[in-house]
Amino acid sequence: MSTLLVLPIVVPLAAAAVSLMLWRRPGAQRLVGLVASTATSALAVAIVVGVDRDGTQRVTLGGWPAGVGIGLRADRLGALMLVVGSTMLLAVLVYAMGQRGADERSPWYPPTYQVLTAGVCAAFLAGDLFNLFVAIEMLLMSSYVLITLDGDDAQIRSGTTYVVLNVVESTLLLVAVSLVFAATGTLSLDLLPERLAALPDGVRLGLKLLLLISFGLKAAVFPLFSWLPDSYPAALSPVSAIFAGLLTKVGVYALIRTEVELMPGGTRTLLLVVAGATMAVGVIGAIAQDDMKRILSFHIVSQIGYMVMGLAIGGPVAITATVFYIVHHIPVKSSLFLVEGIVERSTGTSALHRVSGLASRSFPLALLFLVPALSLAGLPPFSGFVGKLAVIAAGVDAGSVALVVVALVVSLLTLVSMVKIWTGMFWGEDRRAGEPVRLDEPQAGVGVLRHHPVMAAVTTAVVVATVAISVAAGPLYRFAGRAAADLLGTT
Amino acid sequence: MTIVGALVVGALAAVGAYLLMHRTLLRIVLGIAMLGNAVNLLIVGAGSAAGPAPILDTAGRAPGDAADPVPQALVLTAIVIGFSVVAFLLAIAYRSWTIDGNDEVEDDISDRLLDTEEPA
Repeated sequence: MSTLLVLPIVVPLAAAAVSLMLWRRPGAQRLVGLVASTATSALAVAIVVGVDRDGTQRVTLGGWPAGVGIGLRADRLGALMLVVGSTMLLAVLVYAMGQRGADERSPWYPPTYQVLTAGVCAAFLAGDLFNLFVAIEMLLMSSYVLITLDGDDAQIRSGTTYVVLNVVESTLLLVAVSLVFAATGTLSLDLLPERLAALPDGVRLGLKLLLLISFGLKAAVFPLFSWLPDSYPAALSPVSAIFAGLLTKVGVYALIRTEVELMPGGTRTLLLVVAGATMAVGVIGAIAQDDMKRILSFHIVSQIGYMVMGLAIGGPVAITATVFYIVHHIPVKSSLFLVEGIVERSTGTSALHRVSGLASRSFPLALLFLVPALSLAGLPPFSGFVGKLAVIAAGVDAGSVALVVVALVVSLLTLVSMVKIWTGMFWGEDRRAGEPVRLDEPQAGVGVLRHHPVMAAVTTAVVVATVAISVAAGPLYRFAGRAAADLLGTT
Repeated sequence: MTIVGALVVGALAAVGAYLLMHRTLLRIVLGIAMLGNAVNLLIVGAGSAAGPAPILDTAGRAPGDAADPVPQALVLTAIVIGFSVVAFLLAIAYRSWTIDGNDEVEDDISDRLLDTEEPA
């Protein structure tokens, strides 16, 4: 079991190295990526099964005593995130292969993608705060490369903001890590809760705020979100799909670790206000946009609010709801971006006013959009309904009436802006966007899905997965409950 | 951490933060390098006081007053990461210069919106 924990990090890194050496042979690179990503997902499943059966697993690399060597740890939350994350990374990898966009033509895309995979896995398996920092650096470095892969004007412009802000965030995180070490003499996530609890209140609050700010910027909570809607839309569709689904959720994951496990209490009001503001500002921003990618990017921010809401309320019920919400949100958000990728590929644009009547051209595509869109808005019977219901029920129990009202209104506004995309792009007369941007696709727009079989298959699979989450909500919710109990130490 | 060490960290961080406020990417890169160095010193300072190298003798014991090896391991990692980040930012600044002829960071809010409103 202990070797198993190392593999989801080592396998993608080794694949990245091999892939880098094969840079002249795109076919071989593709094969290496596919094998490595499949193996990583399989390993993640093995880990989650093992962890659920035997409890939290720990390993310290290189035979060093714990606290000195690199410590890895998998509890139920980490293992669950690992499964969802690695599966999503595999799906988007296959999708990108089907897209054959600029990303697939660049020999640097496959190795970078594997490093991103390793970084995401390492973040969910990190056993101490410094490893978490290194893992976040790994996924950030590869995200810098992926977001500026084309190197054109728009990508460099938005990429610069993204890189500089994230570098400053990392610096802040490093300050927090070194101050935690100075105050407690350890960085191990197992030892920290006890040692941090022994600190004077003021010191603990200061450390906690530092961690919350740096992870909050990663998670794009209000008021630290402004980089997100500017940078994500500039990236290629598969890249923004994986960023949208996963990267901010790594931030939320780290926030959960901080708030629930390391330093509970002391910032409840702050987090409640942040949650409400994040939801509201995100959705209001989305309503003003005309571009599908930008609308969806603002919704990432808004949805993060729900996760922070559960986190702020606290207690087993709310934390369970948050964990479930994250698991549902990752495939839903990614699938919306995947649909956007197909729309952009076949019409050459993602601007609402330049496309219409997609539903009459391709009903299946419209369906692929509709299911995750309604799920995002929280309509029954989709997975978003279960997630929102759980978070809001926890809010009612805790008596945070104002926040519950905000959450419901935001849910309605989410529906409004999904309807806006629907009426703008899918309804109405079949009107082509001026010139299809990609002239290598003369059949653009006719039988949209048939011309992109791989993209369509992957998107369908992810959408089916979101439906499966609502069908299997019972077992999944119980698993989330056990993960929350792990975190709260009430097993 | 000595008072001198604390002052050096503070001064480096202040200079770094000041440079970060500029719009020229080169100054931002320099600011990030400064800030990174301030944090690296902070990590070293976060360990215990200076002492002999924590190398085990033949009996497997470290000197009693040995320096704490953990922050040193941390700072090495942090330096490598900081170095690669600065290298990447310089590449971006150069790319920005080849595109625009300058390396100013531009506003990009709603730019994309404006792009899409004009006929392509």
